[in-house]
Amino acid sequence: MSTERKRDEIVRYEPATRINHWIVAISFVLLALSGLALFHPALFWLTNLFGGGPWTRILHPFIGLVMVIAFVFLGAKLWHENVMQPRDWQWLRQIKDVVNNREDALPEVGKYNAGQKLLFYAIVLCLIGLLLSGIVIWRAYFAVYFSVEVIRFASLLHAFCAFVLICAIIVHIYAAIWVKGSVKAMTRGTVSYGWAWKHHRLWFREATRAQRK
Amino acid sequence: MTNHWVDIKNADLVLIMGGNAAEAHPCGFKWVTEAKAHNKAKLIVVDPRFTRSASVADVYAPIRTGTDIVFLGGLINYLLTNDKIQREYVVNYTDLSFIVKDEFAFTDGIYSGYNVDKRSYDKSSWDYARGDDGYVKTDPTLADPRCVYNLLKQHYTRYTPEMVERVCGTPKDKVLQIWDMIASTATPDRAMTIMYALGWTQHSIGSQMIRTGAMVQLLLGNIGISGGGMNALRGHSNIQGLTDLGLMSNLLTGYMTLPGEKEQDFEAYIGLRAQKPLRPNQLSYWQNYRKFFVSFMKSWWGDAATAENNWAFDYLPKLDKQYDMLQAYELMNQGKMNGYICQGFNPLAAAPNKAKLSASFSKLKYLVIMDPLATETSEFWKNYGPLNDVDSSKIQTEVFRLPTTCFAEENGSLTNSSRWLQWHWKGAEPPGEARSDLEIMAGLFLRMRDMYRKDGGAFADPIVNLTWKYAQPHSPDPEELAREYSGNALKDLADPKDATKITRKAGEQLAGFAELRDDGSTASGCWIFCGAWGPTGNLMARRDNADPTGIGQTINWAWAWPANRRVLYNRASCDPHGKPFNPKRKLIAWNGAAWAGADIPDFKVDENPENGMGPFIMNPEGVARFFARANMAEGPFPEHYEPFESPLATNPLNPNQPQAMNNPAARVFAQDREAFGKADKFPHVATTYRLTEHFHYWTKHVRLNAIVQPEQFVEIGAALADELGIGNGSRVRVSSNRGHIEAVAMVTKRIKPLTIEGKTVHTVGVPIHWGFLGVAKPGYLANTLTPFVGDANTNTPEFKSFLVKVEKV
Amino acid sequence: MALQSLDIIRRSATTLPEPQARGAHAGQVAKLIDVSKCIGCKACQVACMEWNDLRDEIGTCTGHYDNPHDLSDQSWTLMRFAEYENPKGDLEWLIRKDGCMHCADPGCLKACPSPGAIVQYANGIVDFHEENCIGCGYCVTGCPFNVPRISKKDHKAYKCTLCSDRVSVGLEPACVKTCPTGAITFGSKEDMQQHAAERIEDLKSRGFDQAGLYDPAGVGGTHVMYVLQHADQPQLYSGLPENPKISAMVGLWKGISKPLGLLAIIATAAAGFFHYIGIGPNETDEQDEEAARRELEKTP
Repeated sequence: MSTERKRDEIVRYEPATRINHWIVAISFVLLALSGLALFHPALFWLTNLFGGGPWTRILHPFIGLVMVIAFVFLGAKLWHENVMQPRDWQWLRQIKDVVNNREDALPEVGKYNAGQKLLFYAIVLCLIGLLLSGIVIWRAYFAVYFSVEVIRFASLLHAFCAFVLICAIIVHIYAAIWVKGSVKAMTRGTVSYGWAWKHHRLWFREATRAQRK
Repeated sequence: MTNHWVDIKNADLVLIMGGNAAEAHPCGFKWVTEAKAHNKAKLIVVDPRFTRSASVADVYAPIRTGTDIVFLGGLINYLLTNDKIQREYVVNYTDLSFIVKDEFAFTDGIYSGYNVDKRSYDKSSWDYARGDDGYVKTDPTLADPRCVYNLLKQHYTRYTPEMVERVCGTPKDKVLQIWDMIASTATPDRAMTIMYALGWTQHSIGSQMIRTGAMVQLLLGNIGISGGGMNALRGHSNIQGLTDLGLMSNLLTGYMTLPGEKEQDFEAYIGLRAQKPLRPNQLSYWQNYRKFFVSFMKSWWGDAATAENNWAFDYLPKLDKQYDMLQAYELMNQGKMNGYICQGFNPLAAAPNKAKLSASFSKLKYLVIMDPLATETSEFWKNYGPLNDVDSSKIQTEVFRLPTTCFAEENGSLTNSSRWLQWHWKGAEPPGEARSDLEIMAGLFLRMRDMYRKDGGAFADPIVNLTWKYAQPHSPDPEELAREYSGNALKDLADPKDATKITRKAGEQLAGFAELRDDGSTASGCWIFCGAWGPTGNLMARRDNADPTGIGQTINWAWAWPANRRVLYNRASCDPHGKPFNPKRKLIAWNGAAWAGADIPDFKVDENPENGMGPFIMNPEGVARFFARANMAEGPFPEHYEPFESPLATNPLNPNQPQAMNNPAARVFAQDREAFGKADKFPHVATTYRLTEHFHYWTKHVRLNAIVQPEQFVEIGAALADELGIGNGSRVRVSSNRGHIEAVAMVTKRIKPLTIEGKTVHTVGVPIHWGFLGVAKPGYLANTLTPFVGDANTNTPEFKSFLVKVEKV
Repeated sequence: MALQSLDIIRRSATTLPEPQARGAHAGQVAKLIDVSKCIGCKACQVACMEWNDLRDEIGTCTGHYDNPHDLSDQSWTLMRFAEYENPKGDLEWLIRKDGCMHCADPGCLKACPSPGAIVQYANGIVDFHEENCIGCGYCVTGCPFNVPRISKKDHKAYKCTLCSDRVSVGLEPACVKTCPTGAITFGSKEDMQQHAAERIEDLKSRGFDQAGLYDPAGVGGTHVMYVLQHADQPQLYSGLPENPKISAMVGLWKGISKPLGLLAIIATAAAGFFHYIGIGPNETDEQDEEAARRELEKTP
């Protein structure tokens, strides 16, 4: 790395974290596509992406396991930075300023803002819900151990969690598109000083302090 | 069956007792559901277990196994006491008015003439008194104290509802409810049918149980009428044909009997069987015995049977005793019989006391098995662990297994319970080296005949002279045999009334047994089948199910013996003047010149009813018998005797006479008596039976059957299971004094404990279908448990009542 | 079992109606099982295995007559035996032939995600077309009678077809053909209802005051109906549901949640899109970089 760049950029995500994230992300996309294929007749054609209906049915739960396991590592790594702080509640109260790009009016933000933290929790909760309900309705191995009432509830829960998660991830993706420079953080691993200063000032200070030591 | 399957739909009341028609005869049972659905019939089931039949019954009552005579004897008492009898019927059509000899007596359960050492009776006192005219004396007023009516009444006074409750364990209110329902059929417009099977036959007093049922039906006027009758449900598809064709050790075909060793004289042999009428103007149809017999002998020995040699009477063996299967295994066990051919029979499983059977077969020099399946008998010598724990090295018997075809792989006729001979056609070619029984028997015969011809031997005539006129001597075809047993004219037959007229040309098939002659001019292998293959062809192959009268008389469907008659004794369906008792179910009637109707009259067709000929034309009395005379081994009236293994110490009907505890006339071999168990060691009453899902020991070889009933179980009442701590589905050991089996316990509410003489008696149900061969889960042969004793008349083994002990494994 | 003529009126996972021109003008079919005539002989089970070329495994005895113990991909029908002591103290052995009820409103079809894996014919038969089945087991989840079974071999769903192949060529189902007592009959639903009415009258005359027809309205009626001695207590018959209907959870899952879910996704995506168009991206510019640098310089 050049010395100039060192001066201008901060490492936001280590390569391991990036790989981890993208495993989760790709799994999610596959799961969403295969899940939606089995959820709504209008989307059944999506099963063709997976080699047909039976393959979709076979692959979906295994991809689900991959996503959950991958997320366990990611979540473990990011957990402590997603603890809600008092300033986060203030940030949420000013959500209008957030959506209208009036970031200077907002409290200073650490590595993650309150929206990102809520997303994190949403993902955690949804994945727990999806994992548990997914096991219950996994016909090939586990469904036989559960009563039909439990399976029915699990089917409904699975669908509910899936929609919450899909919507949350759409928000997540949009946020990455909306806040320019974010995508680079997860692809190249670095953000500019300005980006860090503008969106995550507390983290910026912390990170630059650490960098100088 | 006196009637036929379809006729059951005409019943107003169906009594299933001594059988489980829904279980063992599900197809025939459809006619019970027809009667219920379309005739408003009620169904009564009396059985030790709440069976599949009971599941669709209107009334079910439990009964201790082996006590049916008490229940039915009580019913006779009830009908007589309350005068619920069809009086016109019984007075005219039964022997109730006949006077019995003064010497006849019955004391403490034993009839006059008993010889305790021989365990048999001198039956000379068991007869009617004769008048000066030579005929039996009668008293139509039924007042004479020695008339059958009063003796019958007297005999069954001891059979009270209380006695029934004490002995059978059937609650008194149920008993009376059922009796009342049955009594309702004493009127001419109501009919009851009785359906029974091995639940009556497989007792040491089985024949008498059946007689008691028949007596009930006679009192109610239910014999000979549509919707009535005594209907034996035969198990094997052709077991009826087996007895018809005389495949019992003491029978010839058509229920003619082999001579005994004292009957060396031909005329005496015929005379005893061709009985003269006991009352004036009676037909006594067996007077034609000589015609049937001579035609039979001509069929077997052709030209070698001549008037001069008494139609080869000397060719017939003369019996010194009965050679039933129990006798045969006893002889084997004693080393006196050392070769055995098992044709379509699996006695290691099907005869009682497996241990004795195994020991008996082990003493044989050779054992030949003719069967489509690998039977347990054919592998009796092979060790199958606890299921067949034998030491093969100690068994020297040479076993030959000859694979045969099964019914679907050959043409032939099967005679069903309705006495219908139904022709069937081959559905498939036999597999591998299988040959038909006919081919195998022919091969055996031809080789024997060649040896006798070549080498001679003691009394070769019956073998070398046997008729064998088949186109392919090594393989007679079923059609040839069918024509042979039906019969043909050997010479041109002239009309007896007009000698110039020839009624049958030589070689022509006969239309019926009325054409048989005793001069050697006719041949018929089985007189009751005569006409089955008549001059117009094979009537057994007819398939016209037209039922013009709507009462199920499809007389152009197949062919029924005798003479295509569908309801036996149908003359009794009419009053003495020839009018049907019930015009709605008219079988036949006197039209002024002849008897005619929906059935073939079981009567002299042109006999004017006013002449007083009785409807039971096979009996020399012309009427039906309550008093069996010398025809039964243990007495003229059925008496209850306990099973040979009984939970009771005495017979409650005759507590003071130990000889009357069990059937006093039943044959018991000494060793087998020692093998009987006592209630102190074996406190539970067991009964064996069949399940719908299986057929004997065959279908455990069939995957479909094995799927729907895979594993051996025994049925145990919930009360006994609680007492012994047996959980449903756990394994139990059931032992008798002869061995033990282990099986899954099926704990059920369908078997209730019974209170017998104040004591609780538990019934254990033992289905029979498992063995050590086949695709079903291997199991024990149920006959490991059963006692080696049979009915006094038929020697049918007592599979239905014995003692066991149930234990948790 | 796809050998039906193409008079399919409903098809699983399909958003538009199926061809409707052909209808069962002679009446829809129904199988009537008269429990009061059934002797539990299992001939129907064997006929079903034979006609459909099925062979379940040779199982074990667990202390019941029910064999095989449960429906499976190889056992599309079976007898269930229940011992019931009635209030009079008499025993009744209630034997019910279990299998697909062929609901007018089939829960399996509603739940199935695979187009054409489950169909309903104009004659009322609900049939599984295994070649379209993906093996998800949603039909099991959707069925109010616990009937479909997923094969362990091929992971396809199987159940009674009401012998749609036989019925389509004018034959009765194999179980009906074989039933020795006439406990199973087959014909138009109307005829079967009429026949049932006669049977119920007979049963009432025999003291079964509560005899009745089981044709549950909760699933729109069924094309397999029972005559029961105790129609007021169907659960006596090895747990026949008293008021079966498609579970509310299944209804929610396969009903309103489908459009709502898609709507939520579309709405979320649209919100993002229009936010981008309306408000625009949140970008970092040189000023921010400058500010960051300044701040860094300030810090010791």
